[in-house]
Amino acid sequence: MRKAFRYALKKSIPILISFIPVGIAYGILMRTSGLNWVWTGACSLFIFAGSLQFLAVSFFAGGVSLVTVTVMALLLNSRHIFYGIPFIEQWKKYGPWKLFLIYAFPDEAFSLHCANTFDDGSEEDKKWSYVFEALLILVYWVVLSVLGALIGSLIRFNTAGIDFALTALFIVILIEQLKAAEGSRLPAIIAAVSSVVCLLIFGQDGFILPSLLITVALLFVFRGRIAKGGERHE
Amino acid sequence: MNKLYVIAVIAICAAVTLFERAVPFLIFRGGRVPEPVRYLGGVLPMAIISTLIFYCLRGVSFSSAAAWAPQIISVALTAGLHLWKRSTMLSIAGGTLCCMVLTQFVFAAA
Repeated sequence: MRKAFRYALKKSIPILISFIPVGIAYGILMRTSGLNWVWTGACSLFIFAGSLQFLAVSFFAGGVSLVTVTVMALLLNSRHIFYGIPFIEQWKKYGPWKLFLIYAFPDEAFSLHCANTFDDGSEEDKKWSYVFEALLILVYWVVLSVLGALIGSLIRFNTAGIDFALTALFIVILIEQLKAAEGSRLPAIIAAVSSVVCLLIFGQDGFILPSLLITVALLFVFRGRIAKGGERHE
Repeated sequence: MNKLYVIAVIAICAAVTLFERAVPFLIFRGGRVPEPVRYLGGVLPMAIISTLIFYCLRGVSFSSAAAWAPQIISVALTAGLHLWKRSTMLSIAGGTLCCMVLTQFVFAAA
């Protein structure tokens, strides 16, 4: 279990770095809209989805029907409905921890879970590495956003550009996936082309859901070619 | 500000997010996962991480050098460093520092 914790801690450092500007900015935004650190902490703990939390701040002033709030929330984070698919069978045996992993499942956790190569340990260690990855990301997010609400306005350090840490983490994970791929690398190429085309058509605010739907469709269209190099189910 | 309304918004956002994250587990709760979904589970991680890179870069535009150069140069540096040394910390630290320097000093808004 300690091994799994150290493993998750090391892997999650880039996420901690990328959360510094975002978490603090969120805490400051909440405070300037009249909500103190308790509200910030509650949002980060209960919602635990960065972009939706930023959107929710614009709802707090009122004037938007709760039906609209529901629809906007459903659409903004709709990409999450795909995230569980690779883990359905793996997490089946995790009991109550499965519920925690589903709740604590932002983009950042998905990326670490995908890069989870902790298989030199036991099944138990593997479970704890998933749990610690999700838990550490949750702690970073709650603590940094609360810190932002408490002392954010005192920070003078220019953090512009530091959020690239998350982009860099995704690039590194993708390169590792491409190197480890036993089968085809086509899924990454399909997703890249689909993203660029959808960015051009739908713009930056609405591209991700159409892009993922087209990607899923194309993954089935090219299934014969993708599967040829040997399918991986684990 | 109506605190009751704020609580309602937080509750809705939390419930919707939890629901979306649970969808695949709710659909395939019972028995075996069907074969096409198993296939998807094998190939989606690579496809989604690839999509997330573009999601992070969605603000990039070609209207001015400052709107694309810091990110695109840093992407190239991160990938290059990683292909060369294959050290996660080096690649991420190098790419992030590069983006900070380019954003704050080289392509800083006047």
